[in-house]
Amino acid sequence: MKLDSELKKRLIGAMAETLISHAVELTDLDRAIGDGDHGLNMKRGFEAVMADRDNLAAKPLPDLLKTFGTHLVMTIGGASGPLYGTFFMALGKEIPAEPTLAETARAFGAAVDAVKARGKSNTGEKTMLDVLQPVADVLQAPSGGNDLSARLRAAADGGLEATRPLRATKGRASFLGERSIGHLDPGARSSQLLVHAVLDVFVAQPALEGARST
Amino acid sequence: MTNSRVGIVIVSHSAEVARGTVDMVRQMVGHEVSVAASGGNPAGGLGTDVASIIAAIKKVWSPRGVAVLVDLGGAETNSEMAIEMLPEAWRGKVVICNAPIVEGAVMAATEAAGGGTLEQVRATAEELAP
Repeated sequence: MKLDSELKKRLIGAMAETLISHAVELTDLDRAIGDGDHGLNMKRGFEAVMADRDNLAAKPLPDLLKTFGTHLVMTIGGASGPLYGTFFMALGKEIPAEPTLAETARAFGAAVDAVKARGKSNTGEKTMLDVLQPVADVLQAPSGGNDLSARLRAAADGGLEATRPLRATKGRASFLGERSIGHLDPGARSSQLLVHAVLDVFVAQPALEGARST
Repeated sequence: MTNSRVGIVIVSHSAEVARGTVDMVRQMVGHEVSVAASGGNPAGGLGTDVASIIAAIKKVWSPRGVAVLVDLGGAETNSEMAIEMLPEAWRGKVVICNAPIVEGAVMAATEAAGGGTLEQVRATAEELAP
């Protein structure tokens, strides 16, 4: 799949736009079970990314992703900075400049593993991994149906909803113990928003479907 | 700044907690040990900042190593990230101590002031871990 700089700009813009416009909701979710800064932190990180959008979009995909991750690490400030930063930096390290779907899936899986290592966490602990892992699983087994985009969205939505009944054992939400049950995880919500934003761009430009045959 | 002892870095979500912890170390241990504070997010609010952590490590860098004391989750993750972004030769010589930030800093600095190795400094701080 070839990503030209226009498409890269749209992808960056869509991710930033969705997180910035949901900053209040993310902060409210985080106020319920964390320290109430997730929305503001993500907004700050993605504003920094947006300020560098033209430069980022001119880079080959691996460099774009690594620099994207570095911006997040350097500007977010909370735990989500190194976690999201690690995701994009690892994705940039693993993905070729013009990836096939299989290569994208493999790189995405490696990036999810890097987040697990960084957070010393796994799925089922009420974190962003509860969204990212099911998405990685669908990407890695794309043959189960024909509408990949819809299945990726369903995986992200299902993963997000699955965090609601979980008791947090990682991050600050774990201090709440049982009281974390019944709330969506803010990091899972921001991950789900990013998945939808990326898919929205690809669906508008059917590169994703095109990639399936390459 | 002496270079012959292990350096100490305090990373808190609050700039005031980080600075206050440095003050306590200075008063209780003295000035033989290099101690640097990093607190607050890049916007000046509560949080931690990778660039500021890297700067603090550089400030107290010693070939004998640097022990980092952190408060809550994000401080630890951001400190790990900061260590990975250091020059390669330094990385193995900067460790995060699993210890309460204030007590751990005082104990680590005491051990460092006595000329302890990085491993001894870390072990002394970690005796306090719950």
